[in-house]
Amino acid sequence: MTTRDLEGRENLDVTGAESIDSWRGVAPEDVDDVEGTLATLLRSRSRALLTSLLRPHKRTMLWATALIGVNMVAHLSAPWFVGMAIDDGVPPLLDGGSGSIRPILMIVGGFLVATVVGAVTFNAFLLVSGRVGQDVIVDVRHRLSRHFTDLSIGFHQRYTSGRVISRQTSDVEAISELLGHGLLQLTTSVLTLGGIAVILVVLDPVLALASLVVMPALYLLTRWFRHHSERAYRATREAIALVIVHFVESFGGIQAVQAFRREPRNQEIFEDLDARYRDANIWSARLAATYGPGVQFAGRVTTAIVLFYGGSRVIDGHIEIGVLAAFILYLRQFFEPMQELSQFYNLFQAAAAATEKLSGVLDERPAVPSATDPVGLPVPHGALSFEAVSFSYGAHTVLHHLDLEVHAGQTVAVVGETGAGKSTVARLVARFWDPTDGVVRLDGIDLRRLADEDLRRAVVMVTQDTFLFSGSVADNIAFGRPGATRAEVEAAAAAIGADSFIGGLPQGFDTDIQAKGACLSAGQRQLLAFARAFLADPAVLILDEATSSLDIPSERLVQRALRTLLADRTAIIIAHRLTTVEIADRVLVVDEGRIVEDGSPAELRSSGGDYADLHAAWADSLV
Amino acid sequence: MDTSTADSRSSTRVRHPASANLRRVAPYFAPHRGKMWFVALSAMVSIAAALATPLIAKAVIDGPIADGDKAAIVPWVVLSVGLAFVETGLARFRRVFLAATAMDVETHLRNELYRHLQRLDVGFHDRWQSGQLLSRATSDIATIRRFSAFGAVFLLIISLEVLGIFALLVNLYWPLALVAAAFSVPVLVLCTRFEHEYTAVVRRIQDELGDMTTEIEEAAKGIGVIKSFGRARFAFTRYDGHVQRVHASQMERIGIHTKFVWLLAIVPNLILTATLLAGVLAVGSGAITLGGLFAFVSYVLILVFPLEALGWILAMAQEAMTAADRVYEVIDTEPVIDDSPDAVDVDEATGGVSGSVRFENVHFAYPPPESVLVTGPDRQTDRPVTRSVLGGVDLVVEPGETLALVGATGSGKTTIATLLARLHDPTAGRITLDGHDLRDLTVTSVRRHIGFAFEEATLFSASVRENLRIGKPGCTDADIAGALRIAHADFVADLPWGLDTRIGEQGMNLSGGQRQRLALARAVIAKPTILILDDPLSALDVHTEALVEAALRPMLATRTALVVVHRPSTIALADRAALLDGGRIVATGTHTELLATEPRYRAILAQTSEHESDEGILA
Repeated sequence: MTTRDLEGRENLDVTGAESIDSWRGVAPEDVDDVEGTLATLLRSRSRALLTSLLRPHKRTMLWATALIGVNMVAHLSAPWFVGMAIDDGVPPLLDGGSGSIRPILMIVGGFLVATVVGAVTFNAFLLVSGRVGQDVIVDVRHRLSRHFTDLSIGFHQRYTSGRVISRQTSDVEAISELLGHGLLQLTTSVLTLGGIAVILVVLDPVLALASLVVMPALYLLTRWFRHHSERAYRATREAIALVIVHFVESFGGIQAVQAFRREPRNQEIFEDLDARYRDANIWSARLAATYGPGVQFAGRVTTAIVLFYGGSRVIDGHIEIGVLAAFILYLRQFFEPMQELSQFYNLFQAAAAATEKLSGVLDERPAVPSATDPVGLPVPHGALSFEAVSFSYGAHTVLHHLDLEVHAGQTVAVVGETGAGKSTVARLVARFWDPTDGVVRLDGIDLRRLADEDLRRAVVMVTQDTFLFSGSVADNIAFGRPGATRAEVEAAAAAIGADSFIGGLPQGFDTDIQAKGACLSAGQRQLLAFARAFLADPAVLILDEATSSLDIPSERLVQRALRTLLADRTAIIIAHRLTTVEIADRVLVVDEGRIVEDGSPAELRSSGGDYADLHAAWADSLV
Repeated sequence: MDTSTADSRSSTRVRHPASANLRRVAPYFAPHRGKMWFVALSAMVSIAAALATPLIAKAVIDGPIADGDKAAIVPWVVLSVGLAFVETGLARFRRVFLAATAMDVETHLRNELYRHLQRLDVGFHDRWQSGQLLSRATSDIATIRRFSAFGAVFLLIISLEVLGIFALLVNLYWPLALVAAAFSVPVLVLCTRFEHEYTAVVRRIQDELGDMTTEIEEAAKGIGVIKSFGRARFAFTRYDGHVQRVHASQMERIGIHTKFVWLLAIVPNLILTATLLAGVLAVGSGAITLGGLFAFVSYVLILVFPLEALGWILAMAQEAMTAADRVYEVIDTEPVIDDSPDAVDVDEATGGVSGSVRFENVHFAYPPPESVLVTGPDRQTDRPVTRSVLGGVDLVVEPGETLALVGATGSGKTTIATLLARLHDPTAGRITLDGHDLRDLTVTSVRRHIGFAFEEATLFSASVRENLRIGKPGCTDADIAGALRIAHADFVADLPWGLDTRIGEQGMNLSGGQRQRLALARAVIAKPTILILDDPLSALDVHTEALVEAALRPMLATRTALVVVHRPSTIALADRAALLDGGRIVATGTHTELLATEPRYRAILAQTSEHESDEGILA
């Protein structure tokens, strides 16, 4: 047991103790966990992102603001017209009973006009702002997609695909929700609040001042609500995330769950997580249940005050009764949006947290940037050279001043123990990483100066992880070369020897590869990956443990295929199964980032070094 | 077959009233009956209080203000504040009770679904994507909760409110009430219609977002391949297709919303104008007072919200019914693998299991993947035929013997292993343990005697300790250390928090070899009577593989074991090998015997002479 281990245990105090959470174990603090407050929305990089997203729509947004301004005036005129109807429409009718009907018709006519203007402007506003929102979302999606493909493999390994996915799904959706619903509510609510405040002052400044009496209490209530609901909201998000993870893993690994009779323990854990989710939700609901009616109560108290004080002012002849009526009706509209704002507060929190994460990831600079002044390589030959190449991974140095020349057309196998640096060599050639020191050259050109498209055409890497995309078998092979004809695809499959199993699939080359290749065996997937690489026809082919998941009959097929595949190109083969290594022209034995043996397989076998030992052990294992 | 029964059940269910499944949620509310009564009664009180407020204003306008008596306003104001206090105070508790009840019901329903899903067999889970199940466990159950708690209560409250307002309006001045009623009907109809239209688009957007998510997932997981082939532009074009589709649907959604909001903005104001005109005329003719007109206008303004809400609650009810159907579709699926009524514990039946395993003419076929479940019951025609894997397997494993299963990829080796753990049941034939048909024994008692290391090392997002404890609940750290030693998983000590380090998707990234060794440790930790190892060392390098094998050997010597073998290096563990070909066991014997006599065996396990010829070429 290492000291680090012991320290960790002491700090966390989880040894033995059956704390409710101990089953989850410990992981490094989740870097995604940012404060979900509105304040984060105002952080400079979030703000910079929002600004750059909205800048192209400046004019449209000005339009939208104008529209909603006009709309507000029309919308808020209703109580005003009611007041006018009472003060100016009724009296003429009361005078003698046969008075003029004109004033009330004018008022009602004006109201109708205001109604139509309000509806039309609101309609236009919704369309305009909706389009801006959706365009912004498309822009965000495009930026993220491009940015993630620009970022290096190193970044992706560190960041994990799960986070790459959630950035592009749930985070974008949170912003989309805000733009789609929340922002609309916010704009109208804020404008309503402001507009009504102005109208109240215009109607009767004294009465408006009187209705401010409850404001301090309302302010405190709002502050309290914001503070607690932020925490409650976060607790809810965390709880549901755990519920989802446990749910998905339980049924993704149902074989293991059932084989090991894990069901009762799983049920226990699930119910505990579910209960925590419930409690967080109830907490959140409690806060809203206090805030909403609280605001309502404040509104009613204000109305009562206005009724008393305003009534007195009417009696004293300071204001007319219609003004009092309008005032009370406006107050109703004043407190409603405040309540609504509380409901949309969660949307803001989600969007703020999402924006923070997105701006963070978009700020990430690609560690392997494209060449600024690229050199073209139209006809690659495949000569590789490493010149004093070092590579460090954090504090750990993987390669030490490696020098290596690989002639065009040579097949080089790299062997060595796990962690010796074999894969690093492969990844440097494929430019998944750049060397910390030194230069890797293809046909004499520094990889960092090579045009990306030419590099990718010249160098292709096949790994153990043969990712297949949804689509047909043919589509997946054609991925190797854009625009390949069906005949070329089939020829590639035949050259690799994949045609026989493809022929056995229900729809042959048109068979849909469901669920990420789940219906194909590891060996079959590997063969498709080889066919893909064959079709790409690169000058340099890298096989990184590409045959390790194959059973012997498939491997035999692949061996045969490799002879075709490697015939006239440079190849770097990394394998721990020596069957694949033995077909190489040259073997490099790597140990702790240095090349310790270099020669043909036959030479090394007889030289009595590491390779000879390795070969002997392997030969024994064959029995 | 379970799918056909599930299908027939769902088709018969269609004949029930649409709300049949939704009503099955009702018992969950039983423990909360008291709270629900409070909610209903307090809602009525609150409505009465809310509706009284405009009447107070009316009384003040017509009474004290008309009379010029300031002091007379005070009692009205006090009454109004008192009513407000009662109304909002009740609202506060009502909302808390509702939320607590609703969340409790949701939690119970979800726990039941989870419990049932754990009972359902592996075959079911093979057919259903976990994403499909997840959406039922989260969004569908939330939809049910929203309607059955909030929706149903709101439906009551709002109906009462609407009725109350109309009663007051009729009481104030019935001709005006008629005007208001005439305009209310279109609002209600429009809201309901809109909700249907809107929900349809939103559904479609969700589907499209789902497709887009698949694209995003592939791009994220296949980033290595995309980069390696320089196909970023290709991937982007594919993705952009989805983005544009979602964009178009979103704009359609906004269009529908806009159209609706437009109507909703106009209609209530039309009511208001009409009321205002008619009301002023009525005041002029002395039919109503000025305060009466004010109250009337206030009520018309109040009326708009409940009418809108009524529309969306009706639509919500419809959604909840569909959601309930989807949830109960899963809950109503009977597990295929379950204890028969007279199943007995294997220990009682045998008085101590010796570990003698016998396969007798075992057939097995996988049902087709249930992609139809995703699209609904309409597309269940022309389903593909089942895929037959085993066609009459006869096999005996003696107690204490280690048998290697050898066969080409896809020959059914793993299937045999899962049949023994009763993760599937044979389609025909039988499997016995110490002479008892597995189906006559209780499932858990059989699995108690089995340790299983799967080809795909499944680790959960939990601590290393918890992942190992899966193999033996309540095991001690000494047990764990022993198992880790056998699996040569000494790397655990170097993890940042040792056994407490979280691994799996949400934790530390382990290499394939490390994962496999932990899965092996989990299988051996309970020292089971029968050990099933499905190609458990494939990701290990030659050196580690040899160490693990050496440590495993003493363990295997004393127990029955079935080892699925792909490589010659693993075969050394076995006493005997069985060759699986064409769905049957075609030969058994020792490795050397089979190598000598079986060309098919040789083809699978012997390194060919090819590399020797290569050596010849190279040398």
